[in-house]
Amino acid sequence: MEKYSAFSLLKNTLTGHKHWPKSWRNAELKSAYDVVIIGGGGHGLATAYNLAKNHGITNVAVLEKGWIGGGNTGRNTAVSRSNYFYPESTRFYEHSLKLYEQMNDELNYNVMFSQVGIINLALDRHEMDIFRRWSTSIQLQGVDSELLTPEQIAEEVSILNMGAKTRYKIHGGFIQRRGGVSRHDAVAWAYARAADNLGVDIIQNCEVTGFDIVDGGIRGVKTSLGKIRTDKVGMTVAGHSSVVAAMAGIDLPIISMCLQAMVSEPVKPCLNRIVMSPKVGCYLSQSDRGEMVIGGGADSYTSYGQRGNLPTTESVLGAVTELFPTLSRMKLMRQWGGIVDIAPDASPIVSKTPVTGFYISTGWGTGGYKAIPAGGDTLAYTIANDKPHPLVEPFSLDRFAKGRLVDEGAAAGVAH
Amino acid sequence: MLKINCPFCGPRTEDEFTCGGQSHIARPVTPAEVSDQQWADYLYQRINPKGVHYERWRHTFGCRQWFNVARDTVSHEIYAVYQMGEPKPSITEKGV
Repeated sequence: MEKYSAFSLLKNTLTGHKHWPKSWRNAELKSAYDVVIIGGGGHGLATAYNLAKNHGITNVAVLEKGWIGGGNTGRNTAVSRSNYFYPESTRFYEHSLKLYEQMNDELNYNVMFSQVGIINLALDRHEMDIFRRWSTSIQLQGVDSELLTPEQIAEEVSILNMGAKTRYKIHGGFIQRRGGVSRHDAVAWAYARAADNLGVDIIQNCEVTGFDIVDGGIRGVKTSLGKIRTDKVGMTVAGHSSVVAAMAGIDLPIISMCLQAMVSEPVKPCLNRIVMSPKVGCYLSQSDRGEMVIGGGADSYTSYGQRGNLPTTESVLGAVTELFPTLSRMKLMRQWGGIVDIAPDASPIVSKTPVTGFYISTGWGTGGYKAIPAGGDTLAYTIANDKPHPLVEPFSLDRFAKGRLVDEGAAAGVAH
Repeated sequence: MLKINCPFCGPRTEDEFTCGGQSHIARPVTPAEVSDQQWADYLYQRINPKGVHYERWRHTFGCRQWFNVARDTVSHEIYAVYQMGEPKPSITEKGV
């Protein structure tokens, strides 16, 4: 692999950009692998990379039904943060945020992670009370979080409606300054390139159609390109988790829903933070290209249709124009939907399963993007050692029968 | 936008309704006697099909009545609307 550097950029500029090497090989599917990862999004690619790098398992295939990073990895709003409430979640997402901070160097790829800070707005007194508790909980876990007064918020975000006649007066908020946005395609490509360089085969346009299971253990994977022998399978397929797990005879406590996002036409820089309101259900940031990147809550019913329904679009945009009246006459350029896998407690499931050699990473719901590096790290550990990584012990599949839920409905709720 | 034919009020737009998730879930008759796993299955396990889904809806901003809907989770097409307590209609997997 040619290392990307100022020198390689100069060299390739002088030769007219005609000799850049391919980022990854077009690998041929082999008949047997040590580990097969299903799903070539951020989580799957990061898992393969970590298997090769940390655990020396390089005979790995990543199977992707479409193209890599073409599912939810390319459909999110690219926010990373670790301002969760419960220690189990904060520990995990803080690990992930730290990996994002090191990602450029680790993967030799510019993922354009810029830590602009994420502000949560409190729109009534009671929400502010909860935010004090939430922010203090984050601080107690050694993670950065600051409470903000309305005056401080007005200074941070100049286009917010702070007038006296607003429908929802801003009572304050809190900020995690290390929160930020990155380029989501670059994250998928960076992991793909690094994993490929360590010997991982990335197979696109390859759909899994079933499993060979003998005596309760995985023996192989059936795909649209033929059968593969393997004893270990990692599943990282987000919204289609229930469908793929059912092929292995496993029922999951997962509901698939559509989560939409949208971007406006580009304008000059006017918003330099990520701003989120759990109460009215919207959040936005401004991309490097000047577009307002807007998101909200998931649609209200089960769906595998990657579109998004109009009432939710309307409610999210209504909330945005209420908070930012100055944006009300901007045009939307694009609106899209991704299918997210939501667990009953809005926390992930990274776990072994009743089928030996079948490991799952699901339940990322509306927040899978920020979890990519830690999700890959912990699933790779779980697969390599056949026991859960300490960070994901609380997120096992059997927590539902044990009643040990990690109820993050509030912290996971709106910003993704 | 879905058009849902409320059995009590007739066709109305989706934003008058609330989806209550999977229908026909039977609560164990003797909760004290089932295992933790069976109880967890009742509370949390959902079928989440890619295709026809039988689900409960409520006409929240209308008559406030609950009823059942058979809907495709990919195309969102509504195949049938039927009363609470009625058995599932059999839907052939058209368009799935």
